[in-house]
Amino acid sequence: MNLLPAAAGARVAALGEYQPANVVTNQDLTRRVDTTDEWIRSRVGIEERRIAGPEDSVVSMAAAAGGKALAASGLAPADIDLVIVATCTLVDQIPNAAARVADRLGIEAPGAFDVNAACAGFCYGLGLAADSVRSGSAHNVLVIGSEKLSDWLDWEDRSTCVIFADGAGAAVVTPSETPGIGPVVWGSSGDRADKIYLRENKYLYQEGQSVFRWATTELNGVAAEALRRAGVEAGQLTAFVPHQANLRIVEAIARKLGAPQAIVARDIVTAGNTSSASVPLALARMSERGELPSGSLVLTMGFGAGLTYSAQVLEIP
Amino acid sequence: MANTETDTDTILAGLREIVDEIAGVPANEVDLEKSFVDDLDIDSLSMVEIAVAAQDKFGVEIPDDQLKDLKTVQDVVNYIQK
Repeated sequence: MNLLPAAAGARVAALGEYQPANVVTNQDLTRRVDTTDEWIRSRVGIEERRIAGPEDSVVSMAAAAGGKALAASGLAPADIDLVIVATCTLVDQIPNAAARVADRLGIEAPGAFDVNAACAGFCYGLGLAADSVRSGSAHNVLVIGSEKLSDWLDWEDRSTCVIFADGAGAAVVTPSETPGIGPVVWGSSGDRADKIYLRENKYLYQEGQSVFRWATTELNGVAAEALRRAGVEAGQLTAFVPHQANLRIVEAIARKLGAPQAIVARDIVTAGNTSSASVPLALARMSERGELPSGSLVLTMGFGAGLTYSAQVLEIP
Repeated sequence: MANTETDTDTILAGLREIVDEIAGVPANEVDLEKSFVDDLDIDSLSMVEIAVAAQDKFGVEIPDDQLKDLKTVQDVVNYIQK
């Protein structure tokens, strides 16, 4: 049996993002539920978030972010032969999002599948994209995280509706002579599946304290392992871009990372928690602001329901 | 075994360091009778961080379902001594 000729490495060639136009401030939420701006800022670190309008869906937002990444990469739609959409909020599950996104972008006949690893989904997808390029299964991959969490929120539950939001982020992954995406570290803890789940099969619910304890005590080992496998020291990182779950989780993990020089993504402040979209959304927005110069090493890490987690180092194009 | 009074002082000193580091509450405000929430303005997420730091320091795990019943500094000292 033959093996396909494979690339030496894979890299992120371009990033893209999409956020709904509708800005919802903490003040706006105080008119819907019993909460305060001060409580939301101090507990989760969010000042405002974007909530999808009727024109926005998981597929439309994914296509918007993916289209921007594709344009920025300089590749044509025909160059893409695999589309991966990470999402856990697709209401219309059949057909999958990836095939519909590819069609909207004029990408003909690519491999197309969705990944559900909740808030870790994009980092799982990026690992799959890099492995596909390195094995020769695909040449150029469009990987997207897109979530419309507002479809799954109880707008009378102040413990969740102030946290979650909508949006999408995307990356184009291409072959490269040197590795630009480090080995993925992924895993799960299904014995704690009851910590984040859909209440009544329709409302996102989480045990905040348990999730907080897990994230702030166990995930630093995952981050350290991703660095070790990539052969990168914490001191070499330009930035740390973890899932934007809660600013206090982000900061607690960052404090233990041993990378005081690294910029820590704080995208949640204006984007809310967008599940699998949060890592690529933060990457794209930080890159647009010039915070991630070409060649920067960035540690990404997703974590969420499952419980699932995934991390890798990547080099900014 | 050391006497309880010494243990209490040692644990209190350790908790003062932890509370200062995590919540920025000066050590001289942290006394045994103080309530974390009402007197020291420490919220539930910071309590989790304090519990985790206390576990690292004293080797006693404080699970979330126990943590919610520990209202005062004395409660935490008692739990660690138990």
